[in-house]
Amino acid sequence: MTTMIELKNVSKQYKEVKAVDRLNLKIKKGEIFGLLGPNGAGKSTTIHMLLGLTEPTEGEVYVGGIHATTRPIEVKKRVGFLPDDVGFYEDMTGLENLLLTARLNGLKEDMAKERALSLLKQVGLEDAANKKAGEYSRGMRQRLGLADVLMKDPEVVILDEPTLGIDPKGIQEFLKMIRTLSKEKKLTVLLSSHQLHQVQQICDRVGLFVKGKLLAQGDMESLQKQLFDDYSVQYKVEIGTTSQNPEEELNKIPGVQSVVPQSDGTYIIDLKQADNGELARFIIEKGYRLFSLEKVSYGLNEIYQRYFQGGETLGSS
Amino acid sequence: MDLHRLEQRVVEAVNHPLWTLVRKEMTDHMKSFRFNILMGIILLTTLGSLYTALSTIRDAASSIEDADQWFLYLQMLTITDEEGTLYPFITFVSFLGPLLGIGMGFDAINSERNKNTLIRMMSQPIPRDSIILAKFLAALIIISVFIFFLGFLVIGLGLMFMGIPPSFGEFIRVTAYLVMIMIYISFWLSLSILFSIRFKQAATSALAGIAVWLFFTVFYTIIVNLIVNASMPDQLFQTVENQQQNQELLTSLMRISPNYLFSEITMVLLTPSFRPLGPISMEQMVGYVPSPLDLIQSLTMIWPQVMGILAAALVCFAISYLIFMRQEIRS
Ligand SMILES: Nc1ncnc2c1ncn2[C@@H]1O[C@H](COP(=O)(O)OP(=O)(O)O)[C@@H](O)[C@H]1O
Ligand SMILES: [Mg+2]
Repeated sequence: MTTMIELKNVSKQYKEVKAVDRLNLKIKKGEIFGLLGPNGAGKSTTIHMLLGLTEPTEGEVYVGGIHATTRPIEVKKRVGFLPDDVGFYEDMTGLENLLLTARLNGLKEDMAKERALSLLKQVGLEDAANKKAGEYSRGMRQRLGLADVLMKDPEVVILDEPTLGIDPKGIQEFLKMIRTLSKEKKLTVLLSSHQLHQVQQICDRVGLFVKGKLLAQGDMESLQKQLFDDYSVQYKVEIGTTSQNPEEELNKIPGVQSVVPQSDGTYIIDLKQADNGELARFIIEKGYRLFSLEKVSYGLNEIYQRYFQGGETLGSS
Repeated sequence: MDLHRLEQRVVEAVNHPLWTLVRKEMTDHMKSFRFNILMGIILLTTLGSLYTALSTIRDAASSIEDADQWFLYLQMLTITDEEGTLYPFITFVSFLGPLLGIGMGFDAINSERNKNTLIRMMSQPIPRDSIILAKFLAALIIISVFIFFLGFLVIGLGLMFMGIPPSFGEFIRVTAYLVMIMIYISFWLSLSILFSIRFKQAATSALAGIAVWLFFTVFYTIIVNLIVNASMPDQLFQTVENQQQNQELLTSLMRISPNYLFSEITMVLLTPSFRPLGPISMEQMVGYVPSPLDLIQSLTMIWPQVMGILAAALVCFAISYLIFMRQEIRS
């Protein structure tokens, strides 16, 4: 698999803020990559650097092997970009807007029209093709945006917060559309979002991006693992015992990090590694009665919450 | 082989996305209320001024045989009626021309930025400068067509009412004047495009443009007069030398104003009997015969003024260019 997008040690410094901080990232051809991060993480800035719309303060950006900062026009020939909150010329129809894009990309007039109509159909706007773009709803504009991006028959599609401001049903449709189109046309897709479950749905790989830094990347599972590894694995046990000080005993469990008694009489036990049955055996061998043992799991959601809200430690849920 | 290369170049230039943008901008202008309103105002005032001019000329000219010496067509543009109730064409043009330029440019870039179409355009494979160049060219083309339409309207009406065709000299003078209007308006246009890049709000940008225009039309003259008066020793009777010095100072200060430069150009082109630009020395005064300047003399005389306005327009455009090329998309 060839690398389609590559960022090498890229930083972007605005006057006071470092919007992107030594970012390294490779996206393979044909992949759908999700850049997941809260507002102000530097997602848009990163994307703009990929298109040569903004110059990085440091580092190199390549798209399809082309240096994006020095040869932006070459890059823009191959990359379709849907900015967040895309705007169209409001007194032109949806179709006319697409045709303008086609002309700017040097498409022949008859071919442009054919492609525009077929794309409008694919994004479900065939009935609105001759309506003024100013009369489009947010969801329709976003779909027109997708068609607009595909007009130039790109190799790479970059979508900045593509689901922002659309209703839930629209989001599902839109995501499905992206997925289908990208597989159909063998596109490399980079999309940014601050909504985990959307990224989860369609991305092959996700990068967790916070305060200009890429904290972790990989598919969902490995991402979960990477983030878990930073933390111990926690179990909640409920035991019955006559022992005066079970806490001390529990602390003798192999690989234990901490034992915290809870107000309801249960214990939260931190282990270095996932338990493979040792925990239950240990407790039973001690002669305690084991009422319940459950893994206190952090779904990606909790991890995401933790990172994005910042500062708060992972608590038992 | 070379010819083939040349042909390729030409085809490339013609197919350049710049022209796509120019065409789009022109369509936008022509469909816009703003342009049509501006055009309507100018057309009406032109017709009004021509009407008074023609009736005044007709009264006066009925007794004249040698129409050539009268420069009837130039008179049409410059004459006022006896009561001075209606202004001549040139006054309207020097007044409304800048407004037309400002009106066509003040929201060129900021409106696209605010509607989020700018970033979409910038992510198309076109050079960034094409975007502002297209804005400028489209407005300029439309304005030029309109100005020439007005010019030929003047000549046409003149022919209809006076029955005498313009002399070659008059025709060239009128045409040169039309070109000068274009240059003058293009200064205001590029100034307002500069403001549209610099200011995020279209309203701010429009106000800035109008402020500059007001400054040069109203306040600048007052300020210059104040300066000259202050620098002049307070004497009732001044020596000729003194007067001359003051006059010189006044003129050179006034020439900073594009409005003044344009008024000089207008005077020289359309009033051939009008003489001096700036101070006249006693020596010149002595042999003063008010014979009309010939065409070449007139054109030579206004050349520095033309260059001045052109340079101002270019400077504005260059600054726009510099800002626009380096500006962050979101700023
Ligand atoms: N043109 C700019 N000038 C100064 N700071 C900027 C500019 N653009 C973005 N920033 C800052 O850079 C940071 C990252 O912004 P952005 O890339 O828009 O984040 P995201 O798209 O992830 O929400 C923010 O703190 C933002 O304020
Ligand atoms: Mg953003």
